[in-house]
Amino acid sequence: MNAFAQLIEALDSTNKTNEKVALLATYFRTAPQNDALWAVALLSHRRPSRPVSTSLLREWAAELAGLSPWLFEEAYHIVGDLAETIALLLSDSQKGAEQSLAETITDIIALKPKEEQEKKNYIQSQWQQLTSTERFVFNKIITGGFRIGISQKLMTRALGQALELDENTLAHRLMGTWTPQTTTFEDLLITPHAADQLSRPYPFYLAYAVEDDFFKKHSPEAYCVEHKWDGMRGQLIVREGQYFLWSRGEELITDKFPELAPFANHLPSGTVLDGEILPYPQGVIGNFNDLQKRIGRKTVGAKLLQDVPIRFMIYDLLEWEGIDYRTTPLHIRQEQLALLYQSHKKFDLPWELSQVHHFATWEAVAQEREKAEQKRSEGLMLKKKDSSYAVGRKKGSWWKWKSDPKTIDAVLTFAMRGHGRRTNLYTDYTFALWDEGKLVTFTKAYSGLTDKEIREVDRYVKQNTLARFGPVREVTPKLVFEIAFEGIAASTRHKSGVAVRFPRILRWRHDKKIEAANSLGDLKKLLS
Amino acid sequence: MPLLEFTSRGIYCAAADVYLDPWKKVPKALITHGHSDHARWGNQQYITHHDNVPIIQHRLGNITVAGKSYGERFSINGVQFSFHPAGHVPGSSQIRVENRGEVWVFTGDYKLENDGISTPFEAVICHTFITECTFGLPVFNWQDPVKVHRQINQWWAANKAAGITSLLMGYSLGKAQRLLKHLDPKIGKIFTHGAPEKMTEVLRSQIDFPETQLITRETNKKQIAGNLVLAPPAVMGSAWAKKLGEISTGYASGWMAFRGARRRRAVDKAFVLSDHADWKGLLHAVEATGCENVITTHGYTDIFAQYLREKGWNARTEKTQYEAETPETTVAE
Repeated sequence: MNAFAQLIEALDSTNKTNEKVALLATYFRTAPQNDALWAVALLSHRRPSRPVSTSLLREWAAELAGLSPWLFEEAYHIVGDLAETIALLLSDSQKGAEQSLAETITDIIALKPKEEQEKKNYIQSQWQQLTSTERFVFNKIITGGFRIGISQKLMTRALGQALELDENTLAHRLMGTWTPQTTTFEDLLITPHAADQLSRPYPFYLAYAVEDDFFKKHSPEAYCVEHKWDGMRGQLIVREGQYFLWSRGEELITDKFPELAPFANHLPSGTVLDGEILPYPQGVIGNFNDLQKRIGRKTVGAKLLQDVPIRFMIYDLLEWEGIDYRTTPLHIRQEQLALLYQSHKKFDLPWELSQVHHFATWEAVAQEREKAEQKRSEGLMLKKKDSSYAVGRKKGSWWKWKSDPKTIDAVLTFAMRGHGRRTNLYTDYTFALWDEGKLVTFTKAYSGLTDKEIREVDRYVKQNTLARFGPVREVTPKLVFEIAFEGIAASTRHKSGVAVRFPRILRWRHDKKIEAANSLGDLKKLLS
Repeated sequence: MPLLEFTSRGIYCAAADVYLDPWKKVPKALITHGHSDHARWGNQQYITHHDNVPIIQHRLGNITVAGKSYGERFSINGVQFSFHPAGHVPGSSQIRVENRGEVWVFTGDYKLENDGISTPFEAVICHTFITECTFGLPVFNWQDPVKVHRQINQWWAANKAAGITSLLMGYSLGKAQRLLKHLDPKIGKIFTHGAPEKMTEVLRSQIDFPETQLITRETNKKQIAGNLVLAPPAVMGSAWAKKLGEISTGYASGWMAFRGARRRRAVDKAFVLSDHADWKGLLHAVEATGCENVITTHGYTDIFAQYLREKGWNARTEKTQYEAETPETTVAE
């Protein structure tokens, strides 16, 4: 595990992307294949399931460090990361890891069904043996979430360099629910078996937001326009009489949407559709909160299926008659998709075809965008007519032009320490609105401020703390921020009675006193 | 009345009518060390260790200042004062105050390791110990500084081999000289930014340092390539730093123990090197004084005081204006 820990440390200590890619490529080239495979798995968020709760980890670490639980918790709140706290608290061993990365992870996996005492013995003895960096990595494997500024895209690039393989081919091979426990480096990446391909999805193509000069630079003739549907992106695969539904997060969600099963009977084998899963409560598109009910449940009962039926809004065809169709120009894919839709209409499948519009001017496109609320979309998608279906977020042919967000001025009332790069800075904020002379919490928001503003707010929080609750501080209400959000819906789960989607800080209203912030009534007026 | 009180102007000894490291202007100030949050401008009279005299004269200009030796007892209104080594930066002291058999010690800032340029810390027996605790959390465990200096020289040598300039950043008083003292001049030339250069110049009469060359407008950039440049943290990302050509950035601070702080600093290489005591160092210092009472002044004051109470000391915190709370404030590091 030492080589992997050194890799993580080296990745952590450079800011240069090329250097990171080179470090990763060297690791992939030199590490034993089963270690390299686990590294790929960890960096693409495929970690073994957690063998032990974090509260036990805390308890065992505090015990080993000889600290009272309260002191351990204080240290944890300040460091902001459990794996790092434990790595720092215990003294550095000169011994270091004896096992490889794959061996260590195999042990961690085997730990899960064991007795608590046995788990404790293993974990404490590892902590004592490992160096500080190794201990950090070991803890991260257990607790999950390597945030080291390595996107899947960068990792794939490095892997491509190491294996001398095309990046897009690799990205495709890396998709799906594989784990190093059931495959090998060779089988997954170098010579994949056809049988493993049955459920494998294609990497999703993601759009960029339009930039200010977009409309000057591009001709509307080159683009087609669709509404941007506000549901859950999905890829539906029909192969050999089976169907698979994948989320954008590469999760297999077939079981959550049993109403899509008829697709397997009616669509030809070798059909892959890209689209949006939308809730259709009363035969029309519902709001995102409806869908949330479906996503959140482990089992989907008959009542839920009846209350929140879904339909699949299709807009792209990635595989047709078993052939990868992604490099076929978009307008041809769309034609083929429309044909498929029309020819299968008689089966009354739970799907809709996303309408493709063509406009001669950007003004006309803008008018269509005004219809977003009426069509229950969150704005428009602008897609180049002749574009391929690319891999990941690539600038160039797909753009999203969302409706303008709704905004409201709210007061900062609580702040919490952040994580990762924001560790030990107060970066996670709670905002409140006026209601009968009191400030009522309405949302949290994490992003939107510059690093400089974050430092200023951090200083304000530290100097104006009213009360502390672990990592959270209540602050004197004084700062006003303009909060932007996409959707708004009534909610019984929120104190304010309202839930907003994608809240973020638009700007700091230095010019406003808290008395001038908005009220809950103002917010509720936005409920349509 | 307690021997030392925490007032709006600073730590006050009423019996002698003097202040210790005051944050507002006072007639007579005893100063622990030269950092700007401890030695402030505008006092009528300064008393400090004689090694600190040129430092505060350089920083504060024309002031009235008297220098004392370590351990030299002097009396003000019948109260006994003396300065004792704090090991924080050159010329830094703890201040011992004794009146009618009662002894208080104010640490200013301190560390226990010998940094090679400051007179090493000496524990002073007292009843009440007023201590900093900038790094008063058990997560701070400093490595042997010898290892850190080796890492720094290795980083420099590797950059040199690759033809890249090493920009090493640290606070201009103390850290810069500590770094300089342990750089290996066999690797290459050491260039300096104006701030650490001037402070080093002030200290050359007291301490032996490797040769340095100040970067000026006339300095040929080709000469710098592959060598080391010592500069304050503020130059990170500045136009000044951009002119240095291809660089690898290094930053030395105790805060670099935190991964989040390392990533925010966005330097290529972070070195965990502090002029403050770590957790064990603080505990060791408290124990060595044999004190009954502890007052924590800046840093993780509440946590450290609570821990000490748990261990049987009579410990409390007092608010001061010495800076310490965040990794973002690099003052007095």
